[in-house]
Amino acid sequence: MDPECSRLLPALCAVLADPRQPMTDDTCLEKLLDWFKTVTETESSLLLLQENPCLVELLSQALKFQDVSSRILSFSLRLAGIFAAQENCFQFLQQGELLLGLFGEAGPLGLPAWNVPSVRSGWIQGLCSLAKHPSAEQFLVDCGAVDTIFSLQEDSSLFVASAASQLLVQVLSLSIQGRATPQLGSSDGDWPSCAQSIVGYLEESLRSGATPQITQALKVLTTTFGRCHHSWTEALWMRLSPLVTCLLEKDTVPTAHSLADLFLSMARSPTFGSSDCDLWVTLAQTLSCLSPTQAGPLALGILKLHVCPQALKTQAFDVLLQPLACVLEAAAQVPGSSGLPDGTGSNPTMADALLASTSSCAALLCQSLAHLGELQALPHSPRPWPQVLLLEATMMTLRFCSGSAVPISSVGGRLCGILASCIRVQRAALDFLGMLSQGTGACEVSSSVMSHTPHPSSVPLHVLSGWDSADPWVPCFPEAQACTFPAGTWKFLGWGCWGVHPLASVPGPQESVTQVFAILLEYLRSPESSPTVLKKAFQATLRWLLSMSKACGSNNPDPHTQPFLRELFPVMQKRLCNPCWEVRDSALEFLTHLTTHWGGQPDFREALLASDVPELTQQLLQDPEAYVRASAVTAMGQLASQGLHATPSGPEHPGAKQKSLPQELLHILSLDSEGFPRRAVMQVFTQWLQDGHPAMAEDLEQFMARVFQVVSRDLDWEVRVQGLELARVFLAQTLGPPDCPYAVALPAATPPTSPAEVLRTLGRVQLLEFAFRALFDCDRPVAQKSCDLLLLLRARTAPGGGLQGAECNPEAVTVEAALRAWQAGEQGQPLGELVPEVVVAILRALDLEGLQATLAESSDHVEQSPRSLLQDMLAAVGALGGHEADCY
Amino acid sequence: FFQYCLSGHPTLPCNILKFKSTTIMLDCGLDMTSTLNFLPLPLVQSPRLSNLPSWSLKDGNAYLDKELKECSGHVFVDSVPEFCLPETELIDMSTVDVILISNYHCMMALPYITEHTGFTGTVYATEPTLQIGRLLMEELVNFIERVPKAQSASLWKNKDVQRLLPSPLKDAVEVSTWRRCYSMQEVNSALSKIQLVGYSQKIELFGAVQVTPLSSGYALGSSNWVIQSHYEKVSYVSGSSLLTTHPQPMDQASLKNSDVLLLTGLTQIPTANPDGMVGEFCSNLALTVRNGGNVLVPCYPSGVIYDLLECLYQYIDSAGLSNVPFYFISPVANSSLEFSQIFAEWLCHNKQTKVYLPEPPFPHAELIQTNKLKHYPSIHGDFSNDFRQPCVVFTGHPSLRFGDVVHFLELWGKSSLNTVIFTEPDFSYLDALAPYQPLAMKCIYCPIDTRLNFIQVSKLLKEVQPLHVVCPEQYTQPPPTQSHRMDLMIDCQPPAMSYRRAEVLALPFKRRYEKIEIMPELADSLVPMEIKPGISLATVSAVLHTKDNKHVLQPPPRSTQPTSGKKRKRVSDDIPDCKVLKPLLSGSIPVEQFVQTLEKHGFSDIKVEDTAKGHIVLLQEAETLIQIEEDSTHIICDNDEMLRVRLRDLVLKFLQKF
Repeated sequence: MDPECSRLLPALCAVLADPRQPMTDDTCLEKLLDWFKTVTETESSLLLLQENPCLVELLSQALKFQDVSSRILSFSLRLAGIFAAQENCFQFLQQGELLLGLFGEAGPLGLPAWNVPSVRSGWIQGLCSLAKHPSAEQFLVDCGAVDTIFSLQEDSSLFVASAASQLLVQVLSLSIQGRATPQLGSSDGDWPSCAQSIVGYLEESLRSGATPQITQALKVLTTTFGRCHHSWTEALWMRLSPLVTCLLEKDTVPTAHSLADLFLSMARSPTFGSSDCDLWVTLAQTLSCLSPTQAGPLALGILKLHVCPQALKTQAFDVLLQPLACVLEAAAQVPGSSGLPDGTGSNPTMADALLASTSSCAALLCQSLAHLGELQALPHSPRPWPQVLLLEATMMTLRFCSGSAVPISSVGGRLCGILASCIRVQRAALDFLGMLSQGTGACEVSSSVMSHTPHPSSVPLHVLSGWDSADPWVPCFPEAQACTFPAGTWKFLGWGCWGVHPLASVPGPQESVTQVFAILLEYLRSPESSPTVLKKAFQATLRWLLSMSKACGSNNPDPHTQPFLRELFPVMQKRLCNPCWEVRDSALEFLTHLTTHWGGQPDFREALLASDVPELTQQLLQDPEAYVRASAVTAMGQLASQGLHATPSGPEHPGAKQKSLPQELLHILSLDSEGFPRRAVMQVFTQWLQDGHPAMAEDLEQFMARVFQVVSRDLDWEVRVQGLELARVFLAQTLGPPDCPYAVALPAATPPTSPAEVLRTLGRVQLLEFAFRALFDCDRPVAQKSCDLLLLLRARTAPGGGLQGAECNPEAVTVEAALRAWQAGEQGQPLGELVPEVVVAILRALDLEGLQATLAESSDHVEQSPRSLLQDMLAAVGALGGHEADCY
Repeated sequence: FFQYCLSGHPTLPCNILKFKSTTIMLDCGLDMTSTLNFLPLPLVQSPRLSNLPSWSLKDGNAYLDKELKECSGHVFVDSVPEFCLPETELIDMSTVDVILISNYHCMMALPYITEHTGFTGTVYATEPTLQIGRLLMEELVNFIERVPKAQSASLWKNKDVQRLLPSPLKDAVEVSTWRRCYSMQEVNSALSKIQLVGYSQKIELFGAVQVTPLSSGYALGSSNWVIQSHYEKVSYVSGSSLLTTHPQPMDQASLKNSDVLLLTGLTQIPTANPDGMVGEFCSNLALTVRNGGNVLVPCYPSGVIYDLLECLYQYIDSAGLSNVPFYFISPVANSSLEFSQIFAEWLCHNKQTKVYLPEPPFPHAELIQTNKLKHYPSIHGDFSNDFRQPCVVFTGHPSLRFGDVVHFLELWGKSSLNTVIFTEPDFSYLDALAPYQPLAMKCIYCPIDTRLNFIQVSKLLKEVQPLHVVCPEQYTQPPPTQSHRMDLMIDCQPPAMSYRRAEVLALPFKRRYEKIEIMPELADSLVPMEIKPGISLATVSAVLHTKDNKHVLQPPPRSTQPTSGKKRKRVSDDIPDCKVLKPLLSGSIPVEQFVQTLEKHGFSDIKVEDTAKGHIVLLQEAETLIQIEEDSTHIICDNDEMLRVRLRDLVLKFLQKF
């Protein structure tokens, strides 16, 4: 320990132990505990206590006062636990019976402070730290802590109850570790007594029939199996599994989430994954017992497992697909015509969940769509992945939501009513539709259709329905037979069958893509689409356009997206005029992305320029909403980069001002009251400069000078950082490529500019003044960026020799004085024109490396030291005392 | 309890409720869709319209050629437009006691009812309803009267002729009852019969029922009505909105505990959300004007136009439309804009608070002040001097058959730069445009109907839980064009009772109780006896006095000596005589004990027979029969009054008296 801290400790302990000096700020206590934890990780706790007897004193003081503050009591309990984690220190504290006093029945349990949750929590955390070694186990039994831990499982405070459950897990593993694994089916005697009482408690809870107790017990098991992969966990499961599986037999499973968590935790554990216990059967059974909404998360968990029987995965996948299967089924045009039962009658639970109310239907569909989306992104997504049918079902869901589906079946009609204008489902379905673009290149679609079609002759037609309950289970995949399924489960036969579903008219790949674009266009066009739905529709559209162009192997939009683009721009026009700013904003963002990807493509250019979109975008630079202005700036920047922006308005728009785009953006940078548009302008300028945009090339120096002048006065630090980024790019371009021995010499490379010339240019464009001023900016990122910039400048213009600095130049002295004044926080006068020699002198004189190192430290590095913490705590209390003295 | 349904239009209702002893007309909406069958009335001579070819029957018979003209494959009546009135034959209008008006759109047939049917009652409406209703009528009369048209076509209405006409003329209903527009004099006379009411004001009708207007949230001063007696309650919901637009919010709580909820005036476009439509309206307006085109908005002079102007007020700057003039042309434009600013108490909370600042509640005041919005009574006069293009014109009538809108359609119809945006949902825009075809002008349909949609109705019904719902038949099935949308109909339990034009509906009331007052001195004299724990009864003899549907029990007059019966008093005379009161009996007679008692009193030879309803005790010797049933006992003996009295007393011993 730092001797200075050691010196401060007695005073601090005295303050903490003194009930008359209340600690008002308990974050200090937390920091103190963190510090002790760090100290004890590297040093011996015993030594620490011996060298600092005030600490033991503090711990024993905690129990002496009946009216001890709950904060200090909780702190002492946790501190004692930290020290007692080391066995020799534990023995030392035990000798003075200090631990028994703190954690035993005679301890805080009897105090009024026990009613404060933080004290109970402190007691638990103290024991949690302590329960690390065999001596601790005996201590826990002796002091009767285990029973207290049981009672705390149902504590009114959720934090306490949860911590108690963690502690129980820890005590259980502590008591079992290092002992022989109890034999399967062994008698109680084989379990250590502490473990025995915990297992007994769990059994009792599971039998109790009370949901809170069962949940708590299941949580303990989940954590245990998740944390400990020892073979005794298997013995524990053997003992408890009948009680747990019993829970599944009830009509409605009361603790479905906890059960699912438990089984998944087991499935992930190597102990169970490889054992021959019937975990997989239990999981299969659970999947079929739970309600559709409850089964979803479990199914997702199963599908994410690395080791799992294929049949179970198939079953889990079916659970996720079921709701979408129902949607497709409900949309079937001619129900019952091929011996198919009417949809609602076949799977009552699923039908109930879907058709009961908008909220349950939306919850189920959104869950299913989100889970499938998550699966699709996984590298080992389930195979076969029914891409085409998922597409169909998602589009059908969207049609139900927009009211454009025309189902004839009664289930379809009902679903139509339930889903009509349901924004939640629309958003989820559009998200998923976007994701499905990943697997649907024009060419990929056809292959997926082929691979998902089972051999028609092997499957009788009448069992191909997802709703069929009358027929006995006829496994569709060979793996399905490996798993035993309890009676009464829903007999969805696997998505793969749908390839020959007699009613699902699976479209061809081209048709699928055309339909996707049609539905996207419908959503983009509909005045009924809410702003959030519209945003999702834009995102999905972009993903589809991108994937189409990728599938075609070039940057050109795919030929059948051409008609779509032609339809798209009139819609965009309308969206850019929408009174709702969110809509205008997302339309602009979408336009920016579109232009970035296809700005160079002739058909795209033609369609865009034939519309009013560029003019409207330019007009939105004056939008009343700052976000929209920012997006308009970005979009205009992108349009201009591609030469697609509108030329200054002609006589037909007399209202518009004749101003070039760079001027207009500069105007925004100087006058816009909000930060977002100004930041966007800086990004556009940087991008233009990087790309060598013609708008910038013309009279570049004068323009840059204006920009740096404006940006250095900006109040938004992010704008200033952006300004420095622009400065960096400008600098790099002015300096030319660095001398690199491996660089391939460009044939037409311009001769390198001399350092003096560079510095003169930088001076003319006001870059140097901006950078020097930013070096002492009160916002650290600005100063850091400027420091990096100047280091680069120094390296290239004033390395060791070369251009001589003017160290004794009186001008340099003035400039340095100005810089010092800036550093001291004064505004000061502008530096005026800087001679290259002076700049070099200043660059050399400044300790840029030192500054960089200081800035690299986090801003609170001084304040965070333990010493300062102790000082702060003492000062805080001292200040309180000072006020007291003032009163007399 | 009956409901007479006089209108088939669900949003322009006209129903008559026979409730207790009153006859109440609920709204009198005027179905103006009939005008779509007529040629437009151009303000300025239109060569195109006047040169339309005549239409003649297939057999070449040309006697209709003066009445019917053909335009782009449609046939129109060339005459003063006529309106379809509510059914007047179903019930004698002179028996109607009161008319309750729910909003200004639902009173347009008022002059037809009050002036020509013998109606002598009172009309109740709120002040904004009356004032804005007057504006709407005034505008209508003005639109039609300023384009005098001598011809009134009637030949085509002949049933035999009508059969031969093409659709939709062939299918037009009740053409014989179609009438020309009323005059301003009739309007004034009709409106003078209106008595003003305020929200939650209780109005007694003949002591029998109480009617109360409640805010319905749809338009300035729009109301729903609660009609209740002591034991029955009917709620009449017509044109209500739950959206936060300019009017006071809807009062739902007062509709609770209704026996019958009569539900009319739901949104006509259940699939369109007003917010989305306003967005569509603004976007299309901006796009047209940007391209140098003009925008025409056919509209009523009050209602949604206030919200549109408010929306545009916020929008025009962002869309760069600050320099584009907005014109509002209507004979009542000025009054409408000014009236809206003075009805503070009828506005939503936000707008009410503005009044105290003080600021005008609607921002159109600022638009007018800054010259962005200009209003004119007609296209003649000042307007032609100020007219600048491109511009946005709000003007009537939404049917496109009369009003200044006709002129603008003729003027701008040829250019595809211009756009007509339909925001009023009352008329099919395709039908409205039919006589203007071929039309190059762009047409945008964004109907803004803020009235309740079916989701809101289902929430409302869950909230107020009426015992029965009565509604037009259109609401009990999905719209014909979207027959699969089962969500676009009223779904309630028990299923809603539906009605159609010219139908009489018996309302599902069980009239079980009537409230009667007891005079204090009579109440004092009552001595209740506890029959069961908590239930006491008392007999009361009194005179029931009924006047103005109020019933009072008064103490009976002192009993007079029974008259000999020789002189019969006339029934209607004075108060009936009161006989000496006999006590009431209760209890049952146990047959076995009764027989034992009879035996004790010396009767022998007693035989008991069981019957379906009780027992018969036969005293064979005395040739007497005692018939004991659950609620009566008869002693049948021949002329032996002494024996009868003895037996009666024995029977009475088993019964309690009070």
